Amino acid sequence: MKSSVIVFPGSNCDRDIAVALEKMKFKNQMIWHKETKLPKSDLIVLPGGFSYGDYLRSGAIAGKSLIIEEVIKAAKSGCLVLGICNGFQILTETGLLKGTLLRNKNLKFINKDVQIKVINNNTKFSNKYKKNQIIKINIAHNEGNYFTDSKHLDELNKENLIAFKYCDEIGNINKDSNPNGSLENIAGILNSKKNILGMMPHPERMIDEIISNKDGINLFSSLLN
Amino acid sequence: MKFSVTVTLKKDVLDPQGKVVENTLFNMGMNNLKNIRQGKYFQIEVNESDQKTAEQKVDEMCKKLLVNLIIEDYKISKI
Repeated sequence: MKSSVIVFPGSNCDRDIAVALEKMKFKNQMIWHKETKLPKSDLIVLPGGFSYGDYLRSGAIAGKSLIIEEVIKAAKSGCLVLGICNGFQILTETGLLKGTLLRNKNLKFINKDVQIKVINNNTKFSNKYKKNQIIKINIAHNEGNYFTDSKHLDELNKENLIAFKYCDEIGNINKDSNPNGSLENIAGILNSKKNILGMMPHPERMIDEIISNKDGINLFSSLLN
Repeated sequence: MKFSVTVTLKKDVLDPQGKVVENTLFNMGMNNLKNIRQGKYFQIEVNESDQKTAEQKVDEMCKKLLVNLIIEDYKISKI
């Protein structure tokens, strides 16, 4: 499976995701944001970080960069697109995913391992997880508070487009298990065609027992499935 | 031609920064303070002599990049 990781000035999880993809035997290429052509890819990843220093709004400038036109074209023709953290913010700024990510409710940058629940395991990104499986995964963001209008929220629920929700160790989804104030504890969403996933947690940081755990591996093996 | 653009969070969107500034001012003794919303300010100069066309250009800039219409409102004024 061929993957392309888009690198922006200020991306800082691009190498991490590349290591994860290569470990899972993806044929990966790094694509600089000034490129105007995207190599043929089965998966495009928008990595975490602080593209363009978060100027204007997180992801706003990256969302208008040269390569993004190509990413949008590929996404619309069905290519799988994964946006992690800043990548999720970029996806909302391009309009490929609806809604937006506001500043964390407590106004603090949050960097910690949290539990998330797999809400929809019937997707290209999550089919190796069990439904309602609880996984431990790292979050590191300042703007992860997902917000959208009530019409879109209904659509997310009715069409099963919420991929992951924040929960506690035993799976409770409530205010106490919501780290950033995100609407309905949303940690990751899909577009209606389910070929685009945006998520704030970092699966690429959870691929090795030595440094964390392996809870992120199944996301990548799902893609290969 | 010069314009100013003020961008603020919509009424229903929580503005935690504004809230913190509000609380701090309140704690400093500004008892008659009612509400604060924090926003962004842009000063934009356009190469255009017709005001209507210039305003349309600035409006386009707002819609396409400067403003996130899901959560923000904006106001354009000539300066």
